[in-house]
Amino acid sequence: MSKTARVFVTLKRGVLDPQGSAVARSLHSLGYSEVEDVRLGKYIEVKLREGAALADERKRIDEMCKKLLANTVIEDYEIQL
Amino acid sequence: MKIGIVTFPGSNCDHDVYHVVQHVLGADARYVWHKDRLPAGLDAVILPGGFSYGDYLRCGALARFSPVMEDVVGFAKGGGPVLGICNGFQILCEAGLLPGVLMRNASLKFVCQDVTVEVQGEETPVTSGLRGQKLRIPVAHAEGNYSADAETLDRLEGEGRVVFRYVGGAPQGAARDIAGIAGGPRLNVVGLMPHPERASEPVLGNTDGRKLFESLLRSAA
Repeated sequence: MSKTARVFVTLKRGVLDPQGSAVARSLHSLGYSEVEDVRLGKYIEVKLREGAALADERKRIDEMCKKLLANTVIEDYEIQL
Repeated sequence: MKIGIVTFPGSNCDHDVYHVVQHVLGADARYVWHKDRLPAGLDAVILPGGFSYGDYLRCGALARFSPVMEDVVGFAKGGGPVLGICNGFQILCEAGLLPGVLMRNASLKFVCQDVTVEVQGEETPVTSGLRGQKLRIPVAHAEGNYSADAETLDRLEGEGRVVFRYVGGAPQGAARDIAGIAGGPRLNVVGLMPHPERASEPVLGNTDGRKLFESLLRSAA
């Protein structure tokens, strides 16, 4: 069975997120006054080839994140395998 | 004088840059397709503006892995002059040739307008003899909000590597009003958001941008 790694890329805390702020303002204008803040990120599914269950797959996904999927200057990432 | 202009899928200012280098300034401009290697004997390389790879994932993130970039990085590390304009600047940051990142404009709006930038800092191949000049050059981008951690910004300022700064405030929220920076072993790598190729001929109403290309040709001579 093939496996899918789920990668969440989010802006680091402290990095301004104007898109998130715009969404928060829209939610406020819809009456959701309980919303304090919204941060936008990316959700990436990486489907691994069947039978490619490498012993170091987490390490390799981590590498993919560092090299391409996230820009670690401004983004954090989290991997779910 | 041979200037390589790299075309990525989605580049859209490569012809404008070619026109300025080849026809306005009379140098030898060469297109380099992103899947090819850099030809031998180039005096400088320009990464033009546009939307390489449709800006997928992040601006410049995919272009940096184009085959030609291996040569561009080698050329830059060897001291060869490299100029990245707009998307080219974003690619240089993603490739690690320049620090920081160009984020989404704080306004979330595409900015397309003439801006005034002051040439500052150390001399680079693109700014030789221009320090202190205020140049009117257009910007056109949605991701030009330069960002880096405070330590990096302090280092850039301390080393005179902020070479273009918006006068009267950045139109998109860029940290410390930074419009362009320099890096590389001899400050030979320069990235800037404004488009000098769009302000290089009298018929366009403005020739301020031409000064950067003239400097590049002088430096490469």
